[in-house]
Amino acid sequence: MNIDGVNNGIVIDHIEAGKGIRIYEQLQLNKLDCSVAIIQNVASEKYGKKDIIKVDQDIPLDFDVLGYMDPHITVNHVKDGKLASKVHLELPETLTNVIRCKNPRCITSVEQEIKHIFKLVDREKKIYRCAYCDVEHKEY
Amino acid sequence: MEAPRNIINITDLSTEEIDELIGVAQDIMANPADYQDICHGKQLATLFFEPSTRTRLSFESAMLSLGGATLGFSEAQSSSASKGESVSDTIRVVGNYVDIIAMRHPKEGAPIAAAMKTVVPIINAGDGGHFHPTQTLTDLLTIKRQKGTLEGLTIGLCGDLKFGRTVHSLVAAMLRYKGVKFVLISPDELKMPDYVKEEMDEAGAPWKEVAHMEDVMPELDILYMTRIQKERFFNEEDYLRLKGTFILNRAKLKTAKEDMIILHPLPRVDEISVDVDDDPRAMYFTQALCGKYIRMALILKLLGIRKEA
Ligand SMILES: [Zn+2]
Repeated sequence: MNIDGVNNGIVIDHIEAGKGIRIYEQLQLNKLDCSVAIIQNVASEKYGKKDIIKVDQDIPLDFDVLGYMDPHITVNHVKDGKLASKVHLELPETLTNVIRCKNPRCITSVEQEIKHIFKLVDREKKIYRCAYCDVEHKEY
Repeated sequence: MEAPRNIINITDLSTEEIDELIGVAQDIMANPADYQDICHGKQLATLFFEPSTRTRLSFESAMLSLGGATLGFSEAQSSSASKGESVSDTIRVVGNYVDIIAMRHPKEGAPIAAAMKTVVPIINAGDGGHFHPTQTLTDLLTIKRQKGTLEGLTIGLCGDLKFGRTVHSLVAAMLRYKGVKFVLISPDELKMPDYVKEEMDEAGAPWKEVAHMEDVMPELDILYMTRIQKERFFNEEDYLRLKGTFILNRAKLKTAKEDMIILHPLPRVDEISVDVDDDPRAMYFTQALCGKYIRMALILKLLGIRKEA
C-alpha cells in the first residue's frame, strides 16, 4: 500500500476503475483545503485496474454510503505517516437515507420526514428492497 | 405478557400464532359472553386515511364486542390529514390516547412508517395494494370453520389473479398447511404471477391453470371468487367477453361438491350472481362475520389479554 503524500489522513484503495471521481464527488472532497489526489487506472493484481483517492486529513466517512457505492473498497487510516488501520468495506445490511424509493405508490413518496430505508435481500446480486413497500431498488 | 407487536403482513405471524388466533376466534364464537367485558377500559383507534366502511365497521364492532371503546376517522377528508398532516404526526398524537391502532392508508408501507412513531400496536387494515393481513386471517378462519381443517384442500382461485393481492396472500398462507392444491381460473390477461407459482412449486403444492371454472368445478373444496376490474382491460369488448366467463351463477354450480364453499372478499359487483346467495355453499356473508371474530382475537393477542381460565 502506497501512502506517499499522506501524513495524517486516509487512503481509499481498491476503488473500481472509473468510480473514483464519483466517490470524490459523493464525499465532497472539493470542499477540503488539504491535499487530495485521485489516481485513476492504477494496475491492480486483484481487479486489473483500480482507482485510489488520497486525502491528507482525517475526514469522517460514512462506510454505509461507500460500501454501497463500491463494496470492494478498503479504507486505510494514516497517522504520522504510518498505516494506522485498515477497513474492508462490504454491502451494508441496511441503507438509511442513501438511496430513495422510486415507487410512486410508496409512503415515502408523500411523507417527507420519514427515513428512506432499504434492506439488503441478496448480497450476491446486490438487491435492496424498500423497507416500506418492498419494491426492489433499480439504479436506472 | 408478550411485548406489543404490529401486524403489518400475514408473515408477521408464525403458523402456531395463526392457529392460536383461529382457536381463540372460534372460542369467542362459541362463548361470546366470556369476552364481552374483557377489553373494558381499552381503546382502539380506527384511522382510515382512505375509506373502507366494511373493514372499519368490522374493527369497531370487534372492539365494542370485547367491551372496549373506539374512536377515529373514516377518511382523510374528515381529519387533519386532508390539511397535509403526515401519518407520522397523526400517529404520534393518537398514540398518546389509545391502546391499539387499526389503520388503512392508500400508500404502501404507511403502517410501517406509523409503527416507527409509536409503541402502541398497529394493525394494518390495508396499505394500498400491498398487504391486508386481516383479510387473509378472515379467509383462514372461514375455511377452518366450514371445512374443519386447513389441510388437504383443493382451492380454486377465480378472476383477477394477477393484481389481486388478496389471493397472493391467501396462497402464501395456505402453503403453510399440508396437502393443499390450487386450481387457477383466470383470463390470459390476468394470470397468476410467476413468483406466486414459484412459491407453490417450492412448497411442493400441485397447481394447474384452466380457462373455465366449469371444467374443474367437481374437484374443488373451495371456490374463491375475486372481482375483475374494467380498468385492467384495453377495450370494453374484451372486458365484457371475459367478464361473463368468470361470473359464478347457479347453473355453473350444478357439478360442484355438496360441501364446497364459495368465498369472496367483498364487495361483490356482479362476479357472483345473486341467485347463488341462497345456496348453502355461499359463504361470503359468513366470511364477513368471521372477519369480526378474527379481529377480536387479534386485538386480544396484541393487547396481551387472555380469557381467564
Ligand atoms: Zn418504497
